[in-house]
Amino acid sequence: MKYAYYPGCSAESTARDMHQSTLAVAAALGIEMIEPKGWTCCGATAGHQTDRVLAAALPAANLVKIKDMGLDCVVNCAACYNRMKVANHEIATESEIRRDVSDAIGRDYDGSVKIRHFIEVLLEDVGLEKISSAIKQPLKGLKVACYYGCLLVRPPKVVNFDDPENPKSLDKLVKAIGGEAIEWPYKVECCGGGLSLSRTDVVVNLTDSILGMAKSSGADCIAVSCPMCQVNLDLRQQDIKKETGRDYQIPVVYITQLLGLGLGISSKKLGFNKLMVPASNVLEKVEVSRNG
Amino acid sequence: MITIKKAKAGEALKDAVEKISGVDLRVCLQCRKCSSGCPVAKLTKSRPSEIMRRLHLNAGNELLESDILWMCVSCETCSARCPMGIDVAGVMDALRKLALSRGASKQEGNVPLFNKAFLKTVEVFGRTYEMAMITAYKLGTGKLMNDTEKFPTMLRKGKISLLPSLGGDRKTVKRIFKKTKQNKGAGI
Repeated sequence: MKYAYYPGCSAESTARDMHQSTLAVAAALGIEMIEPKGWTCCGATAGHQTDRVLAAALPAANLVKIKDMGLDCVVNCAACYNRMKVANHEIATESEIRRDVSDAIGRDYDGSVKIRHFIEVLLEDVGLEKISSAIKQPLKGLKVACYYGCLLVRPPKVVNFDDPENPKSLDKLVKAIGGEAIEWPYKVECCGGGLSLSRTDVVVNLTDSILGMAKSSGADCIAVSCPMCQVNLDLRQQDIKKETGRDYQIPVVYITQLLGLGLGISSKKLGFNKLMVPASNVLEKVEVSRNG
Repeated sequence: MITIKKAKAGEALKDAVEKISGVDLRVCLQCRKCSSGCPVAKLTKSRPSEIMRRLHLNAGNELLESDILWMCVSCETCSARCPMGIDVAGVMDALRKLALSRGASKQEGNVPLFNKAFLKTVEVFGRTYEMAMITAYKLGTGKLMNDTEKFPTMLRKGKISLLPSLGGDRKTVKRIFKKTKQNKGAGI
């Protein structure tokens, strides 16, 4: 299993923990990940709110490099994954966009590189059976609210990732690690995404609802796969406390961090020290598991 | 009940929105599923279904002042759930572009300023550079102190880098921005 791995900009800042844990899990499961040389920003929400050609050309500059590598593109950031899938779709289906994008990047690109989310690689290429048998420290009794957010599942026709209203991919992985994926209704509600700095009020309101629902559904932690969801749900807990007095203290971890723990990788290597709300309750379960 | 001001000649938004978004506004049956699923509808003065109806009734530029334009989180729940397959989020994108090009007034939080600051760092460095982006945005809004209490912890945890990442193919990115500007890309 060999892929071109596009880390995305947040892998170098707010989501170093996602990046570290992705690479650690990949290595443990025998997945080879090669970073395309000179990868650049996908443009994220700012690109897509500004100009259609810009929004497609920024991902395409990377995809054309990956095409040269002759590999499938693997992304773990839900935002980059979404932008790349949408760009690919528009380039492949609209000749005008393909022409303008090719002109902007200086090379013709046809939208043909296959884009996979790291979760899809885990479920489809590695398989749950192999993952379950590789688990050394099952997270027994850990109640996890799997949170998918928007960018993994929408627009459904373009991303084509799982059931857009009640996805199960993360839940399946949590079960494979030995944890309990709780049923709850806010799996695909929005956290406010890219409005974290420009409309903090909106993000505080939305994350308050999501965290409140996770807490009342009995979750010990929330598992995510998007750096924007992680930052909003983790970092904004202190703002929610300031504004409403509600102090959730729910750790918000990447699914790759949980999987890494299950695979016996150290919490430090998985970037657990980078979380704003410490995941001590999660790490305690691992201790219990290790000590039998 | 929805009442609208009749658009002045040449100001009606319907045709421009349909052209930019590729959406046929006539098929909206006002079931309000978009508003039910919209996470910010509880916070905005106008809801997505109302925007759709106003457009249908030939609203003019005053619609571009609606607070939902810049509170919409682009989550696309509306588009995913529309029984008529309307890309409501695409309509919001089109309205934002028209708000910029027709000079609608600035909204609280100033999302266009944030987008500009974000894209400027991408143009210069090839990858996002949060320190520069946040500084440019904060200088623009004048709200320098928001969130600053979190900075020391984020720096210590390596969640924000002091220096930009320079490993990207900056040449191609610069070319993309140059071409977009030549084609008069809105807002950059």
